[in-house]
Amino acid sequence: MQRGKTISGDQARKRRKIKNALTGYSFIIINVVGVFIFWVVPLIFSLILSFSKWDQSQGLAGIKIIGFENYVKMWSDEWFRVSLVNNIKFTVLYVVLLLVISFFVALFLKEKVIGKKLVQLGTYLPYVVNVVAIAAVFLALFSRMGPISAFFKFLGVEDPPLFLNESKYALYAVTVICVWQALGYTAMLFLAGLINVPEDLYEAADLDGAGWRHKLLHVTIPMLRPTTFFITVTTLINSFKVFGLINIMTNGGPGTATTMLVYNIYRTAFRFNKMEFASAQGMVLLVVIFIISIIQFRVQNRKYEEM
Amino acid sequence: MKKNYYKKQRLGTVIRTVILWGFMLLCIFPFLWMIGASLKKEPDVFQTPFTLFPDYLYLDNYAAVWGGKYNYAQMFGNSVFVTVISVVVAVILCCVAGYGFARLKFPGRNKIFILYLATMMIPGQLLMVPKYLMFREMGIYNTHWSLILPACFSIYGVFLMRQNMQQIPESISEAARIDGANEWQICFKLIMPLCKPAIITLVILLFTWQWNDYDNALLFLQDKDLYTLPLGLTYFMDETGLKYNLIMAAGIITIIPIFIVFLVAQKYFIGGLTAGSVKE
Repeated sequence: MQRGKTISGDQARKRRKIKNALTGYSFIIINVVGVFIFWVVPLIFSLILSFSKWDQSQGLAGIKIIGFENYVKMWSDEWFRVSLVNNIKFTVLYVVLLLVISFFVALFLKEKVIGKKLVQLGTYLPYVVNVVAIAAVFLALFSRMGPISAFFKFLGVEDPPLFLNESKYALYAVTVICVWQALGYTAMLFLAGLINVPEDLYEAADLDGAGWRHKLLHVTIPMLRPTTFFITVTTLINSFKVFGLINIMTNGGPGTATTMLVYNIYRTAFRFNKMEFASAQGMVLLVVIFIISIIQFRVQNRKYEEM
Repeated sequence: MKKNYYKKQRLGTVIRTVILWGFMLLCIFPFLWMIGASLKKEPDVFQTPFTLFPDYLYLDNYAAVWGGKYNYAQMFGNSVFVTVISVVVAVILCCVAGYGFARLKFPGRNKIFILYLATMMIPGQLLMVPKYLMFREMGIYNTHWSLILPACFSIYGVFLMRQNMQQIPESISEAARIDGANEWQICFKLIMPLCKPAIITLVILLFTWQWNDYDNALLFLQDKDLYTLPLGLTYFMDETGLKYNLIMAAGIITIIPIFIVFLVAQKYFIGGLTAGSVKE
């Protein structure tokens, strides 16, 4: 009697456990399958392509694995090299400008300001507007007759350059537009960090008779390190993903002046139909982002251990 | 001494206000110019001396863009269709999966979730090529489904909903279970209403991403009749050439819906995007 009871108790528990597991899976299954189809499968497909040579006339059967050839060829490809160099130049400038400007905007916004809300909304606005509208308006602003030229003429520059049409300036013009677009967002991240700095640290510094510069260097900046780190990482990653603006405004030009990684992948794949070569370049992008993410993960974990 | 201190503070406020307002005006100048140009007649767009707004209102630009041969109304409709369907489906799926990961126990849950999070690292642009090829094979290339289907599965959304649902005490679910409710009922009737702020944030995020999506539309749509607004705007720019008054009117039309949502729900907007910094 006693034994039979425990067995059926076990069975009931087992059955309940299976039922619970099935319920759990039923909740996540659609999403997991979706993510698998639209992220993991393309990733694997891209990885295979990057190691292949593809005779597209035979359809998918024309894919032949050839090893590392695409990866080797890449480094002697002029376009790829230029796109990498341009992208690094862009990244450095973009990250530095964005961090410095948005940090000071946030610093000001933390103090008493009249119409603070409106200032926040205004600086944030470019971040929510689609890239095509932004490209359209800046093409107009930068055009020969446009307000930017007019402004330089007003300052006394006789024949102001068309910044987007000259290789010397085009990359900088694009950088400025990208910084402008992300500014409000980064400033908001900084502001959130600044608000979390305990007020008594400033009071203690006041008691020591510290000036604003001392407070900035020895209280604000050190306390803001986690925020700054987070912003740097996301900005860094985003700087390797610029595409729409380039494709609409400059087509990577003039010449190769504004060709960056993602634009070059697009160009290689969809203008020259070299899907395998584009995939290999895409893998470089993945590796770059992967390394940045790993560093982020390590640093953040170290912080938890220190705590 | 004290009086001096206050005076100094007030001066600081004034200086900061002036600088920030100047900066903010510089930030919104392109949009002001856009509005101004969209209300001008073509020859007046680049008037000298420089004027931001015309002293008349020329609304014909909007009429020309909206109907007639440019038919922006149709693209607007396409954008609404694609955005609404994908956001509604994605939000429901994110809530359900978030509930599964946060409040149900099953073998392998945490491992699956970590793998799930890892996919968040994959940059969307890397998948341009394989997705294009796949969608052609799947037969959804050059249909709205090529935009809708991938957008139905938001990795970030699941992450956000899981975070929020974990914070709701388990005792609430227990009480409902004792009353005989099953997990689906608990999820939809009990937990989701409690996560309303997070759901609003998610709706706004997904809406913004989808409404503004240019990359996918560029890759996967070919027929002009299917174009969504951002892609339509590029087409429009090629088509009209240098008629900036029309282009700006078209641009303003693409911005208005986002702008309204932005104003109405700014709290969720800024909070959500700041928390949602994982994606671009």
